[in-house]
This record gives sequence, C-alpha cells and structure tokens, in this order.
Amino acid sequence: MANDVKETESANKEIDFTACDEICEKYKDWKGATIPVLQQVQEAYGYLFSEIVERIADNLNMSAHQIYGVITFYAQFYTQPRGKYIIRVCRGTACHVQGSGRISEIVNEEFHIRNGETSADLKFTLEEVSCIGACGMAPVIMINNKTYGNLKPEEARKIFRDYAELQG
Amino acid sequence: MSYTTDHVEVHVCMGTAGVASGGHEVMDALNEEFEKRGLKNAESKERNCSAKQTGCRGLCARDVLIDVYIPGKDPITYEHVTAEMVPTIVEEHIVNGNIVEKWAAKADYFQFYDKQKRYVLADCGRVDPESLEDYMSLGGYEAIKKALTMTPEQVIDEVKKSGLRGRGGGGFPTGLKWTFCRNSPGDHKYLICNADEGDPGAFMDRSIIEGNPHAVIEGMLIAGYAIGCDEGYIYCRAEYPLAIERVIKAIKDAEKMGILGDKVLGTDFHFKLKLKEGAGAFVCGEETALIASIEGERGMPRPRPPFPAVKGLWQKPSNVNNVETFANLPGIILKGSDWYAGIGTEKSKGTKIFALSGKVKSTGLVEVPMGITVRELIFDVGGGIPKKRKFKAVQLGGPSGGCLTPDHLETPIDYDSLIAAGAMMGSGGVVVMDETNCMVNVAHFFLTFTQRESCGKCIPCRIGTKTMLDILARITNGEGREEDIQNLLDIGQDIKTASLCGLGQTAPNPVLTTIKYFRHEYEAHIRDKKCPARECAELIEFVVVDDRCKKCGICKKACPVDAITWEKGTVAYIDKSKCVKCRECIVNCPFNAID
Repeated sequence: MANDVKETESANKEIDFTACDEICEKYKDWKGATIPVLQQVQEAYGYLFSEIVERIADNLNMSAHQIYGVITFYAQFYTQPRGKYIIRVCRGTACHVQGSGRISEIVNEEFHIRNGETSADLKFTLEEVSCIGACGMAPVIMINNKTYGNLKPEEARKIFRDYAELQG
Repeated sequence: MSYTTDHVEVHVCMGTAGVASGGHEVMDALNEEFEKRGLKNAESKERNCSAKQTGCRGLCARDVLIDVYIPGKDPITYEHVTAEMVPTIVEEHIVNGNIVEKWAAKADYFQFYDKQKRYVLADCGRVDPESLEDYMSLGGYEAIKKALTMTPEQVIDEVKKSGLRGRGGGGFPTGLKWTFCRNSPGDHKYLICNADEGDPGAFMDRSIIEGNPHAVIEGMLIAGYAIGCDEGYIYCRAEYPLAIERVIKAIKDAEKMGILGDKVLGTDFHFKLKLKEGAGAFVCGEETALIASIEGERGMPRPRPPFPAVKGLWQKPSNVNNVETFANLPGIILKGSDWYAGIGTEKSKGTKIFALSGKVKSTGLVEVPMGITVRELIFDVGGGIPKKRKFKAVQLGGPSGGCLTPDHLETPIDYDSLIAAGAMMGSGGVVVMDETNCMVNVAHFFLTFTQRESCGKCIPCRIGTKTMLDILARITNGEGREEDIQNLLDIGQDIKTASLCGLGQTAPNPVLTTIKYFRHEYEAHIRDKKCPARECAELIEFVVVDDRCKKCGICKKACPVDAITWEKGTVAYIDKSKCVKCRECIVNCPFNAID
C-alpha cells in the first residue's frame, strides 16, 4: 500500500535522519529487529512517512517493500500524521455489550472523524481498538495514556469537549 | 488471608483498572497523610505505616480497593476509595482504631471470593509487582531452586503427573508438549511466553503480568530448565503498557540478582530472557504467527507440521506456552503434582482464571477450581445480572468460542464439557449478556472482529468471513433473506474445515452457536424485520407504547437531542424527525415501554 502514503510537505524540506539512524544502529546486530525499529522510529517522528521508510530500509539492508509489508500488517504502524490526542474507544466484547458503539458515534458527532481518521486541525485521532483489557470497567476509552471507565455517553461527550478546549 | 506484617501496611490496587480509577492519587494521599501525622517512624511499631502498590485482586468494578493491615488484627478492605476519603480512614482507623464501616467492604464483596480458589492469583494483590525482594519474601523463586535440584526429566514428569493443560485455549497437556521439544534434536532451543492476549473480553494475562511478573519469569525458568532452552521471549501485546513496563523491570532485577542470565542461581543452567512488544495483530496469538512476528516479519501463520517443537523460532526447536500456564508452574513444583491433581475434575486439573465481564454485577478477574458450574460462576461469584434483568446468554472463549444459554447453567466448566456444549474454554473470557443484548448483533460483532484480524493468507478465512459478515450486516439492517441462515451455516462449516490456522477454524463459532440456540431471533430479524432485544437500531420504530409507559419522564432526560416531549402525567412522545436512533431512551426506560 505504498501508494497510499500521502505526499507530505516534508518531502521538500530537509529531514533530520539522526534519530532514525541512531535507532537502526542500536539494533544493527539484532535478529528480527524490524518491529522494534519501526516502533521506536515512529515514536520519534510521529508516523512513518515514505522518506523515513526508505531510510530504514537502507539502514537495515532490506527493501522498502519488505518494510511496508510489515507496516501494513500491524494495526499500530501509521503512514499518516496523527492527532495530538489519540482517542482509543475500546470495542471489545464487554464494552460492546455495554454500548461502546455509541461512544464512537459521539466522537464523530463532535469531531467529524471515524475510525482511523484524524481531525483536520490534527488535534484528534479516533481509533477503535479491539480490547484494552479493562473489561471490568466497560465501556472504556483511553485518551493518550489516560483511561476513562464506566462511561455514560454524555459523560464521554463532556470529556471530549474538555479536551477540545485545551489550548495547543 | 494469611499475610502478616510487623507494621501498619496499606495495600493499594494498582492494576490498569486501579490506576484508571485513581490508584496513584490514593497512594499519594496515603503517603502525604502518613508524612503529615508523623506515621513514618521506623522506631515505633504503631507509628510505622507504609503504603504498598499491589496488582489486581480481581474485583475491578469496585476500584480503588485498599486493604489495611494492622499487626495482630484482621485486614480490612475499603472499596471505591478516593483521595478525599484517605484522611478519614487514616484518622479513624489507623490512629483511633475504629473501622470506617460505611466505606468498608460488606458481605457482597466477600461473596465474590467465597467460591474462588486463588492459587495462581494468590499473590496478586499482596505482592508489590515492582519489587523482587517482596516476591522473594513471600517464597518467590523457591520453586526454581527446588527444580534445579531435580533432573529435567523429573521436572517434566512432575508436570505430566499434575495434569496441567495449556491455558491458552487449546488445552494440550503441558508436560507432553515439553517432551516433544526436549526430544527434538538441536543445541539451541527457545522458550516463548505468549502474552499476546488479543481476545476481546479477556484480561487474565494482563492482570497476572501486572500483578505478579516474577511468577511468570519463575515459571519460564522451570520450563526452560526442563526442556533445555537457554533463551526465552515474552511476547506481550503493545496495548498493555503497564504490563510491559513491569515485566521489563522484573527481568532487569532478576538479572541483577543472578536469577536470569549465565549460571542461574549459581548452577550450570543458563537462561536469557527478552521482552518483545507486539504491534497490534490478533492473529499473532497463534503460535506460528507469533514466531513470525518475533522474527520481524508479517505475523502470518505457517502450515504445521513442522511444529514449533521441531522447527520454530529461527528454525530452532521452540516451545510456546501461555502466561497463565507458566504462572501455574511454581505452585506445582513447590507443593507437588499430587496436590495440584487433587483440584479440579478428572481430565481438567487445577484452577482456571476467568475474566468476568458484561452484564454481571461483580465484573473482574476470578480464579475458580475446574468443574465449577456456569451458574456458580455467574450467579455466586459474579453476583448475577444487574438491574433485575434476565440472564440470556454467556459467551465463553471470546471470538473463537460459543455462547451458552440458561439451559446450560449446570454445565461444569472444564475443557471437555464446554466443547461438548458447543463453547470452548478459550483463554478465559466470560462475557455475560442479558435480555437487552441481541444475539444476531453479538454474532455480527464477533465476526467483524475476526474478519478484520484475518491475515488474508488463506482464502476460506479471508473471503469466507467477509461473505458471512455481509450476510449478517444485511440481516441486522432489516434486509435479510430467507436463505441467509442456511448460507451462514454452510459457509461457516466450510471455513472451519478449510482454514489454515486456529483463527479461521474457529471464526464461525459465534455465528453457528447463536443460530443453534437463538435461531428464532435470526428469523425475527429476517421475516418480521424486528429485533426482539431492541438493539439493532434499523429495526426499531422508536415509538412509546401507551399502556406500558408509566409517564415517569426518564426517557426525556436521557435523550441527547431533545426528540422526546413529555410533561408530568402524560405519555412521552418521540419526534422521529429529531431522533438519531441512539437508543438512550430504550436503555434507560425501566418499563420496556419503547418499541
């Protein structure tokens, strides 16, 4: 799905590859380093744009196609920029039977984004995840690393609006 | 609980649910309060208080839970604790010696534990998961010391005699699996801990790792020694950041103490352990896919044979077990196989941990002896169904398993009885459903999940699940056709027979069992265009039924878009031009008055 990668502005700018090179260097002698390298490069750069993927491929002595094969297989690698706040709505079974579908709809009502999409202002990304593993407090959402449980739909809406008002 | 301390100790539940409910704030408040009142004095027994973080003790629905241990007295548990309650608890209970009854756990809290047998989870909720010393003070790493005085064959023999079966779902005898890998020729063998707990509705492995990571490491050491592995991996899904953090710390601490690495505990046994983080793919819970993922590839399953015991990670003999299986081992070695084999049923020994969730009062993590009935699990341990609603079904084994009905409440929970009833043990997710849950919708939900997670390598799973999903989607949208049920049954059977790995072979199960037990609901959707549970929004009219409406106005308050008109003493009315079909009125109406 390499052709899905959006041409980014960064193509015209100088990209600082230092962090990427350092991460690749660290894993030089590891067997099966692709996934940890991609995880850490993504952590450093926000998402995996085409130039960085080419760079990783060069560094690891692999073809970019192989790397894209791995990226597109796993749900947690992204080839598009993501929002400042990642709203993870748990769609696990326990959350489903407690009505988590409605919470995703509220995210859409508030920010006009659906699963996997990022709002135009790059503030929010909606991710429906299969199970956060906190079924005891279903329905559950996470906003970045903070977990909110036992949510009623309108409580969720209030939390989203609070985040929307945060500056920056 | 037999846990004792020589000073006042307060345990704070800090599993994922505990932290999310404010565990850190409670912990900080306790420390601040102890500091302020001069209660951190090591010189005096009564004035030496400490707060300790522990892992999940199971009843997540009541977090934050704390236990107050005062030497010479029974421990007292408080539930739903917030930072604001801490000063009162410290003042009244710890300083003045009067239990704060209004916040203390009552009989219904202890009922949750009555029928449980917590062996594997015994120390979850007692031990500080981030402290190796604490684990050792409770007898940790004694089992591996004992195992190292035995021959590897004796260890395998002990595990075989215990009757332990794999807790990841399949239920394969653990000792036998080890024998295959041990007897496989090769100088370098790998041991892998499968902590890629992807089943929606399951959180046993997360809680064990978060609550007692050293027990898993100790179990891996025992297995590594018995099989002859010198290197191990814990493959943990990335969605569990707290578990990953704790396991990494535990590995580092154990290395420092000479428990992991070269010459384990001064013997000739070497064992290196690494953590590998997953990247979000359910199929990686399948052992050959997991191995591909550790190798850095797309996590797609490989045809078996060759089995991992012959050609696994990097083409070397490898043994994969689940977190809970490893966590069972220290107890078996320390207390002996006879003790272990004395628990459970004839063919399913020991205890099983279940993640109890959905429409049940006490949601959380439970450990029960094999052979307990479905009824005991849901009604005695789980406390039954909330809001006086009726029990409708329970899904066992997650998206690979099946549902059971009120007719199956007396079924004993063991590997073989569940399969006979059409469900499976799976990894241990138990999701309870009440009369407001639509079974067609549930089947659609599970298939959406497995379809999305299908890796696409084999055609029956890739295309078959998609076709089934399309059929289910049109049934729930009110466009079902008469032949749909038969088509679902036929395609489902074909997918089961022809798929490459466990994901595809089990994916149709939720659809097949719901058709088997709730065929009338499918028929109501298809023929009458009605959803009897009133969950499928497209099939609900959203009208108030006059003679059922008690004119209470709750629906009006619940409606987020002001589509409901109601005044005191009148029947409510729903304006369909404003209604967004969110179902809030249906969920909140106590009288089932909206159709």
